[in-house]
Parts: sequence; structure tokens; C-alpha cells
Amino acid sequence: MSMEKPRIDVAYIAELAKLELSDEERERYTRDLEQVLAYVAQLDKWDTQDVAPMCHPLEVHDALRDDVPGQSLSNEVALSNAPQQMDGQFRVPKVVESAH
Amino acid sequence: MTPMFAKNTLSALRQKLMNRELSPVELTQEYARRMQELNPALNALISWDTERALQAAAQADVSLPLGGLPIAIKDNICCLGEPARCASRMLENFVAPYDATVISKLRAAGALPFGRTNMDEFAMGSAGENSAFGVTRNPADENRVPGGSSSGSAAAVAAGMIPAALGSDTGGSVRQPASHCGVVGLKPTYGRISRYGLVAFASSLDQIGTLTTCVEDAALLLQFLCGHDAMDSTSSLQPVPNFASDLHSGVRGMRIGLPKEYVSSGNAPEVQEALKAAVTELEAQGAEICEISLPHAEAAVASYYIIACAEASSNLARYDGVRYGYRAAEISNAPGDLYARSRTEGFGEEVKRRIILGTYVLSGGYYDAYYTRAQKVRALVARDFSQAFESGVQLILGPVAPTPAPKLQAKDMTPLQIYLADIYTVPANLAGLPAISVPTPQSGLPVGVQLLAPHFEEARLLRGAAALERAWS
Repeated sequence: MSMEKPRIDVAYIAELAKLELSDEERERYTRDLEQVLAYVAQLDKWDTQDVAPMCHPLEVHDALRDDVPGQSLSNEVALSNAPQQMDGQFRVPKVVESAH
Repeated sequence: MTPMFAKNTLSALRQKLMNRELSPVELTQEYARRMQELNPALNALISWDTERALQAAAQADVSLPLGGLPIAIKDNICCLGEPARCASRMLENFVAPYDATVISKLRAAGALPFGRTNMDEFAMGSAGENSAFGVTRNPADENRVPGGSSSGSAAAVAAGMIPAALGSDTGGSVRQPASHCGVVGLKPTYGRISRYGLVAFASSLDQIGTLTTCVEDAALLLQFLCGHDAMDSTSSLQPVPNFASDLHSGVRGMRIGLPKEYVSSGNAPEVQEALKAAVTELEAQGAEICEISLPHAEAAVASYYIIACAEASSNLARYDGVRYGYRAAEISNAPGDLYARSRTEGFGEEVKRRIILGTYVLSGGYYDAYYTRAQKVRALVARDFSQAFESGVQLILGPVAPTPAPKLQAKDMTPLQIYLADIYTVPANLAGLPAISVPTPQSGLPVGVQLLAPHFEEARLLRGAAALERAWS
């Protein structure tokens, strides 16, 4: 697969990442990203046909434990950093209109 | 400032505590005084809670192996009831609801976490300039950066504001600031130390490390930090050896590889000289230095930045203004506006840049071309090292960074130019290897050299580092 000079739609990427960019930021990030992506295009030159992707630096061992309840944070502690809370729950702004 | 005090090692302080020449409270008071005195100029600490530290010191049990010794903690590692801001607006008001495993282990050994060290926001940066709490300055030259991202940990230890500190190393963030500030920076094998309670940046690369004034202290801290942890499924089941027992056995008969790709004309003269001095010293002590090749060395930075940013974009998706962290004040009721406004206002420039790069390389149509390709090249980079070690080399020697500490606010550098300076540190993270930065004797700015060892061979790594240090101290 070849990596041609990418044409990046930074506005769309920012939308995926839930970031809002000013015009100036969009331009700056487009420029930076084009430069970085042009540089990483060199990865193309290495023969990786028979190489398995490495997602972890070590052999991964079976990390499953017995399914027994352990100690966890109390409701109060779990909510202690919440921007807003109510009735022992996280409170978020309303995002749907009422049905009537 | 008393320079003698600044050079105090953990083991020397421990001796004084055990001999009752000094109480833990007096020791904590002295470091609190030094923080007060030196932090305004250096900004190495974001905050420190003297009252809390003195309370802990009053309870300290000096018969424990680290009893009464204060240790500063990078701001991305959770200490129960203390802020953990990651030097970001996003977590400005976050108070850790639990202790990271490393903190529980330090406490169990008697150590006293004291001070939250400044850093590049979410550990993204290599100069300490991407902090929402201001830049940290290099104690060796206040017009220069201390390196990063564990900028405050390195600067605080170098300035004698604390005898030792924890940092984290995703692509060199312990070793590179150690080199720039003239302290010892150890990044153990991936999985050696539990990451539970370390705020995630790039989970297949992140590892907690130590910043100390000497190699012996690095061995001492490592002893109490590592081991398997049920709370981190990537923490290793490997047995933990005694890191101190062979520390001073020397390097006689050891084969140490010097990668020809690392002796680059792109290195600053001071860096080349530091390497040369290390070679001379190791040979004088009976080691055999052999030239080796890491053919994929030049591909490491490209592979690293794709993988690190991809993992970061995923890890940082959790900051959405709902459960913890910053929530924007003005939000429309459009779906998603809460997330977008909070993230836009909470994250700084470099964090956004990396989230965008990471989101891009993971997005439809680019995943295989960038992310999978980078993972394959990562395998090649790792294979270079395993082949070198299989060929009979026991350690690898190299530079830490291509230059000594740059001047503050080198604003003319592009992000790519900044990333390229990570060329010598990212390979250890890609391959998961333990690596250490050891200061070399300098008349000018501090410069470290790096040693790398096979997985879980920290004892050998520390032994090589101790040999260099002994010759130079």
C-alpha cells in the first residue's frame, strides 16, 4: 500500500475527536499534520509483508481472575470529581427536547 | 542552598535517619524549605502540601527500607486525596480518589510522597514547556529547558529540592530530562512496574520510572516499585531479583554494543564526546565495546508517533466533561456539545495536535496504511534489538538526546523537528526494553549517556550504569 501525499480534512478529523478548531488552528494543524504524515510515509520503504503487527511489547499472559466481587470505590468517592451530581448520579445537561 | 545537602542520596539520608542524626520531620522541613526557596525560579513543582507531609513524617517508621524519605511524584500519578492534574486545565480540579500502586508500594516501604512535579500536559512533550502551569526551568541553566515530559521531577532532583522523584516514560520522558538536568533516569522494562493509577497516555508504551541523584538510589527505589499487580493486567509475573546485590560487580568481560546508527554526525559535539568518554571508561574497566547495527533505527520515530498518538486519541476520549475533569460552563443543548466544548477548552495545543494525528491514523481508510504499518515497523525495531542481544551483546550503549538542553521557547521549531529529537529514546519504549540515562562529567551543560538491556535485565543495566558512575564521581 502506498501513502501518497495526504490531503487532510482536519475539520472532519476534529469533529470525530470532538474538538472545535478556529480557522487559525485548523490551518496550523493541517500544516503540522501534513508535515508529520509526509515524514512517516518513509514507513513504506520497509518490507513488512511477512511481519505481524506488534501491539504489545511482551508476551501477554492470561490476566483473567476468578469472578469474585472485590472492593471498589464507594458511590460517594466515585462521584467526588463529578462536575455536577444529583441523587448519587452524574448530572449532565439535557440534550433532548421533551416529547410534548 | 547548601550544595552538600543537594547531593544527598537516599541511602545517605537513610543512614542519617537510622542513626537519629536527623528525624523524618526535620528532613521534610528541610525539603519544604528548599522547595519554598527554589521553586519560584524553577517551577519544578505545581504544588506541595507541607502540612500533610509533616503529618506523614511524624508517623514515619525509619526501620522500614525507605522509612521517612520524601519522594516527589509526577503530576500524572495518583496519590489519594491529592491533586493529579497532569499539568492540564482538563484535570485542574481533579483530586485522586485512590493511591496508584506505586504510591501504595512506596508508602508500604515507609517513603513519604511529597510534592507534585510539573510536566508537559498529559506527558506530551520533551521540553517541559507544554504545561498549563507554566514552564519549568533547568537548574543547570535557567534559560534552558529541563527536558520532558518529566520536567519537574528531573529539575527538582537536580536542584536538591527532593532526593528522588517518580516520573513516567512513554518515549523518553524520564531519560531525556534526566540527561538534560544531570541526574539518573531509569525506565524499567514495560510491565515491570504496575501502571495502575498512572494517567494513561499510550498504554502499550507507558512505564513509570525514577529520577535520582545516583544509580544506587535507582536500584533501591526500583526494588520497592516493581512486581505483579492484579490491578494492571499488563504488569509482569516475572520474579523480582535483588537489584543491589550485583550493583558493584563491574563490567569486566561484558560485551557492550554501540550501534553505528547512533554515532551520528547529527549529534552535538558534546553528545559525541560523552559517548566517547563512556566507551573509553567501559573499555578501561574491562568491557568489550563492539559495533552493532540496528538497521531500522531511523524508522523508530515515525512508528512511535503514529502508535503513541493513536493510543492517546483513544485514551483521552474519556475526558468528556461528564464524570470528572473540566466541564465547559456554556453549553448548548445540541448533542455532543458538552463533549466538544469541554475538550476544546480543557486541552492544550500539543494535546489537541496529537489527538488529531491519532484520530486521523485510526480513521476509516487510513488505519492499515498508518496504524497497522507502524505496528509492523515496531516489530522490526524490536527485532533489531533482540538480534543484537542474541548475537552476544549484553548491554547497548547510546546517546539519550542528540543535543544538550535547548534554550527556552525555541518557538521556531516545528512539531516534526521536536519529535525527531526523540530518536534515541523511543526505541526502548517500542521494544519494551529497560534503559537508563547516566550523567557524564561535563564542564558545561549536563549530558547523559544511555544504556539499554534485554527485557527484565534491570540488574545488569544498573550494574553497567554503576560502573560508569563510579568512574565519574
